[in-house]
Amino acid sequence: MGATICTDKVILNQWHPISSVDDLKNNEQGNTILLEEDLSFNKISDEEVLIWKSADPSKKLLQAKLKYGYLWTTLGHPAPDLFSFPEFYEIDRRNVATGAFGVNISAGRAIENFLDMGHFPFVHTGILGEEPHTEVKEYDVSISENDDEILATKCQFYQPQAAVASSEGTDVEYIYRVPHINCAILYKSSPVDESRQDAIVIFVQPVGPEKVRAHTGMCIIDDKSADADIRLFQQTIFGQDKPILENQLPKKLPLDSRAETPIRADKSAIAYRRWLSQKGLTYGVIPSKDINLSRFT
Amino acid sequence: MLKLYDYELSGNCYKVRLMLAFLGLTYKQILIEFYPSKQHKSQEFFKINPLGQLPVISDQDILVRDAQAILIYLAAKYDRQKRWYPTRNPAMIAQISEWLFFANDLTSTSSAARLHDGFFYTDIRIEECRKRAHELFRVLDEHLYFNEQQGYSWICHSKNPTIADIACFPYIILSEEGGISRINYPAIRRWCDRFKRIPHFTVMPGVFPAGPDKTLDK
Repeated sequence: MGATICTDKVILNQWHPISSVDDLKNNEQGNTILLEEDLSFNKISDEEVLIWKSADPSKKLLQAKLKYGYLWTTLGHPAPDLFSFPEFYEIDRRNVATGAFGVNISAGRAIENFLDMGHFPFVHTGILGEEPHTEVKEYDVSISENDDEILATKCQFYQPQAAVASSEGTDVEYIYRVPHINCAILYKSSPVDESRQDAIVIFVQPVGPEKVRAHTGMCIIDDKSADADIRLFQQTIFGQDKPILENQLPKKLPLDSRAETPIRADKSAIAYRRWLSQKGLTYGVIPSKDINLSRFT
Repeated sequence: MLKLYDYELSGNCYKVRLMLAFLGLTYKQILIEFYPSKQHKSQEFFKINPLGQLPVISDQDILVRDAQAILIYLAAKYDRQKRWYPTRNPAMIAQISEWLFFANDLTSTSSAARLHDGFFYTDIRIEECRKRAHELFRVLDEHLYFNEQQGYSWICHSKNPTIADIACFPYIILSEEGGISRINYPAIRRWCDRFKRIPHFTVMPGVFPAGPDKTLDK
């Protein structure tokens, strides 16, 4: 695999998203940065994309995977399969890549913001929340041993315009999954079909320890809205999150439970930080001192 | 009815949305996706603006392109009190014009830096953009400070804000998305808060409303 700038095995041994499939053009070279390494890629057919380190004269190929509407690669040795996301393959769903956005923040902070409902009324005013409906009600969080993922369920929030297809405010139920250290999926009641849930994804590409490309996408039941309208809705939401994210200090995610004072609404964030700590992640985070000590004793 | 060819995350489009809100004008929004699909560079949109730039407005049979030109047009036509663009005051028009051109320089620096960081316009020379943006911010900060000393709250020497304020506001307030901090520009920060308290002020993604003005309680 050769030397890498990043030396954290936990993050090296992951699949990372680097482009939406929509953005790949046949035989047109693309360039991006992953974990501070310049990468180049070229789609040669619908099934095959070549990826290599841009500076490598021998163009030794990195592993590539086309899945869930994205191109994934790795600089290490990940498990062969990505996490499960069965809704992606349901035939009546629309899978829309809603755009990649550059954010000057760590991947952990970006995921944590995605999991947080408390900011809805203040940051996404009139869309995902509004005063005085600011309470984050009790919800359940578990870490699934089998699938190695975080699951937050029974989350409820009042939303004035929950989705592009919504016409009025409603109490929306959320489920959050964090099946990958830098990827999260949220499920929320579909405004079109009450028995099913729309899925919204954020797949974060760590460009550096404090810089990411956030790939956002929707997997929804909506046969009316145009792709562009779905994209624009999600872009508005993400555009509102961006300054909040970029103003967080420290930019790296602190894993020590005493570093920042959580409230009840942060239950899923606490679980996420603990989960990252247990994995021994050091890249883009401020590792917990306790964990460091226990490792050497 | 007025039609605005608009993109939510564009600061130049935001200028026009602000003007329309301040004037209380209703309009039809036609969304053009600047990113990622580059709809503003499509053959269809080139028919509306051969420069492939947003925003554009159409008002009956008149088509106006360029954010600054649109501000002039809307204020000259629809502001009955002639405050935003005092067409009968040549000295004021001269001042406003200076700052409209300054606003264009903000687009090529502060806005370009934002496109680089947030939307992957990787061929932009980012350090140069940031350096030049800071030079412009320094000039504006000093200008606003001396205006304050003379009792003026706005960019031009007038009691009320003008289209010069609207033209400069978006790429000042969005500057941090391009890695340009406003921490060293206190007069700019005070002006931003005043601007946000103009009646009918409206936000865009990345811009938040100001809290109540505490200096009024004293």
